[in-house]
Formats: sequence, structure tokens, C-alpha cells
Amino acid sequence: MPSEPLIQLRDVHLAFGDNPVLRGIDLDVQAGQAVSIIGPSGSGKSTILRCMTGLLRPQRGNIRIGDTAVEQLQGEAGLIALRKQVGFVFQQYNLFPHLSVLDNLLIAPTKVLGRPRQAVRDEALALLDKVRLGHKATAFPGELSGGQQQRVAIARALAMRPKLILFDEVTSALDPEMVGEVLAVIRELTEEGMTCVLVTHEMRFAEEISDQVYFTEHGRIVEHGSAEQVFRAPTHARTQAFLQHALGEGSQRPSRPAPDVLTNLGRYSLSV
Amino acid sequence: MAIEHFATLWQWSPTLGAGLLQNIQISVGAIGLGTLLGLLVGILLLSPLRPLRGVARLWVQVFRNAPWLVLIYFTSYVFPFDVQIAGTWVAFPDWLKVTVGLALPASANVAEIFRGAVASIPATQWEAARSLAFSRGQIFTSIILPQCLRRMLPPWMNLYAVVTMGTALASLVGVHDLIDSAQIAANTVNRSGFTVLVYFSVLALFFFYCYPIARLTQRLERRYAF
Ligand SMILES: Nc1ncnc2c1ncn2[C@@H]1O[C@H](COP(=O)(O)OP(=O)(O)OP(=O)(O)O)[C@@H](O)[C@H]1O
Ligand SMILES: [Mg+2]
Repeated sequence: MPSEPLIQLRDVHLAFGDNPVLRGIDLDVQAGQAVSIIGPSGSGKSTILRCMTGLLRPQRGNIRIGDTAVEQLQGEAGLIALRKQVGFVFQQYNLFPHLSVLDNLLIAPTKVLGRPRQAVRDEALALLDKVRLGHKATAFPGELSGGQQQRVAIARALAMRPKLILFDEVTSALDPEMVGEVLAVIRELTEEGMTCVLVTHEMRFAEEISDQVYFTEHGRIVEHGSAEQVFRAPTHARTQAFLQHALGEGSQRPSRPAPDVLTNLGRYSLSV
Repeated sequence: MAIEHFATLWQWSPTLGAGLLQNIQISVGAIGLGTLLGLLVGILLLSPLRPLRGVARLWVQVFRNAPWLVLIYFTSYVFPFDVQIAGTWVAFPDWLKVTVGLALPASANVAEIFRGAVASIPATQWEAARSLAFSRGQIFTSIILPQCLRRMLPPWMNLYAVVTMGTALASLVGVHDLIDSAQIAANTVNRSGFTVLVYFSVLALFFFYCYPIARLTQRLERRYAF
């Protein structure tokens, strides 16, 4: 039985100049859920995530995260309080190039949260082990592959102990053979009950891990429902057309993915 | 003949060396003062307040577009010979005036180097830091500035080499620098062969001082190109 959702968007409208990008978005995420947003390029997926963390301000509608009414936040202090709870992982990793991997993880918890360096350090090293990069703590971002950098970026977000994490097409910039290692980390997080909102073009992955899937087009939610429903029995013609294109007519979809197949996602990766 | 000139050059070398030290002193003073001023002006260039930005921009435009010699004449003749500090008269020597004259264009260039370095940090760095709950000030000091300083180092060293060459202008307002010493040597010895030799030495001294700086700059440029 669903309790009060952790994230709630109601009738969110946003325009860049006279270009309406979000035209009435309703979206709910329960704590502990993994929710995917899929849809064609330019449909407003990144914009939705940016609104959630206050990087963009909608012109109309409500965004609530936990107890925070995001659209009403005035000034920097409120936004900072919000962002302490909301992790964000970008398509281009955006690590800090002048800091070692470990310092990338340490800087925000020590400078922003004011936590003691030693405690944060132990935690950060554990996080690096978790994303299987314990041996890269002293490396600099420029020395890592894209997949490794993205795993550091995820660990960096986790080091702030957020309540939820937003992932914006975190595998789109990666070479196909590195997609799997990043998705494996995200899958682990969702299994541990971290609340995750993912914008992704990895349809198989979205289907596998998502509790809910939202399909957006032209700034509207065209369809949403359980992963099973949206991917197996989409009701809307637009969703059907998009999925058919995204999944590719030729590629045969396994009716029920075998567990051993899921451990190797590399060959499942698709880019749209 | 030639040997004889070299012997004479050897005799003059203490004078030439003292002249070179004067050039180095002026160049170090000018880049130091220019850097302090320039960083201040550079921060004002990024200020959210329009009037402050305007003043800073005017400073940069005026001192970047004025011929250095004009600025050196300006500081040499506008500033008094001595100033009264806490009741005692302190001399304001010519070399110090030249230092200030060179520090003005240096500061305008440092401000531009600083502004350019800040602008060259991609907006995604700000965004990443903001989504980690950094405040604006924290982003600036912890994320942007450290990356800027590295990027500024090569153009700053380049500027230093240019300022050093600019110190050759000091002789025109009566500072006993390397050029001035060379002139005195050439006039005193009064042999055309020696005159050629002494100016070649001046050229070589400037070159051997500036060339390593240029090479180091290149190395740093390659190293910090991330
Ligand atoms: N800062 C901005 N200024 C103006 N227009 C913008 C800005 N950011 C995004 N847009 C426009 O908003 C629309 C939606 O952008 P958004 O990035 O949300 O799409 P998306 O669904 O994430 O697409 P993609 O899959 O390509 O990442 C696009 O048409 C884009 O051009
Ligand atoms: Mg996007």
C-alpha cells in the first residue's frame, strides 16, 4: 500500500523563452523505488531532473521532495539543504579534474557537511571498493576510462549520503563495453533500496530494474506504469512506436531474461 | 683585435651584471605588483555589481591599449621625486617609477588572464558542484580557483618574459639598467667592434634569461592541458 511519495511533481510547466519544454508533468516516486523516464531526445527528460534538484525553476506547478516544496525555495540556503539530500549523476561525469579520485569523494562531505575528514575518508574508501575502484583512490580523473569516471561520479554522489539519486543518461557517453560496469553499480543501488530516478536510453536495463516507468514526449507524460506494463503492453500508440524503434525490430527480446544473462549487460546496451 | 674586445668586455662585465640585476629587480617588482593589482581587478571584472565591473573593465582597456613607453614616461614625470611617509621624506627613485609603470599594463594583462581562466572552466563544473550542495563562494574557492591557477600559470609566465623585455625601456628615463650600462661602455671604449660586441652580449643576456622561462611555460602548458 503506497505511502506518501518521496518525490511528487504536479502539473509542472517550464518554458525556455517561448519554447515550452515541460507542459504539465505529474510524477510520483515512492521511497526505495527505481523510476525510469524514457522518451525521445528533446522531450524534456533532463529538464525534469534539473527541476527536481532546483537547477531549474518551473513557471507553474509543484515539486515536493520529502518535506521540501522545491518550487518555493528562495535563496541559496534552501537549495543547499535540498541538494544535500538529492544526488545527481551527469552524462559527462563532471568530476573535478584537479582533485584525486579520493578527494573528489571527500570534498563535498567535508566542506559542505562539515564532517570529520577521517570518518569521511573511511567511508569514501568503502564506497570506492563498492564501485570496484578501491585501487584508483590516488588516481586523477584524467587517468581513468569513461566507465571508471562515471563510477567515481556515482560514488561521489553517494558520499553525501543522499536520500535519492538522479541519473541523467549516465551511460550515453560511454563506449559500449563500459556500459555494463556502470549499470551493474546502479542495479546494486536499487537492490539495496536507494531511491533512484533514471533518465536512460538503456531500455532493457530500465525494464529490468524499474518499479515504475514514465514515457515522455513533447513535455508531457504520455504513459506511465509498471515496467512490465509499459514495456510489454504499452497502451499508447506513441509509446509503441518509440519502443519498437528503441528496441529495434530485428533484435529478438528474450521473453524472460535469465539471471545469468543479466550479470553481463554489456551486450544488452543499446543507444538510441 | 677581437680578443682585445673580449678582454675589454670582461672588464665591463661587473657594470653590465649590475645593469642586468636592475632589469631583473624591476621585472620582478612589476610582475609582483601587477599580479596583486591584476587579481584584484580580475575579481572586480567578475563582480555581480555593474559599477565595479565597469571600473575594472575601464582599467583593463586603458592599460592594455596604452604603449608601455608612454606609461613609463607617465609614471616617471607624474610621480614626485620623493614622498612624505609618516613625517620623513622617502625618495621615490626612478627604477621604482618604472616598476610601477610596467606594473600597470601587467595588471591589466593579469586581470584578463584571470578572467579568461575563470571563463574557461566549463559550466558543468559549476553545475556538478552546485548539485553537491556547494555554495557559490565555496564553488569559487574550492573548485574554480584551483583549476584557474594552473591554467593561469603558463600565460602568466609568458607575461613575465614580456615584462622583462619591457624593462629595456627603463634606460630611456635614466635608470642604470643593462642597456644604459651597455651604452656607457660603448661610449667610453668608443670602438665600433666593441659596440657591436657589447650589444650582442646584451641580446644574449636577455635571451638566456627569457628563453628558459619560455621553455618552462611550454612544458607547463602541455602538462596542464586537461
Ligand atoms: N538551458 C536551455 N536553454 C534553452 N533551451 C533549453 C535549455 N535546456 C534545454 N533546452 C531545450 O529544452 C528541450 C528539452 O531539453 P531536455 O534536455 O530536457 O531534453 P531531453 O529529453 O533530456 O533530451 P536528450 O535525450 O537529448 O537528453 C530541448 O528542446 C532543448 O533544446
Ligand atoms: Mg537529456
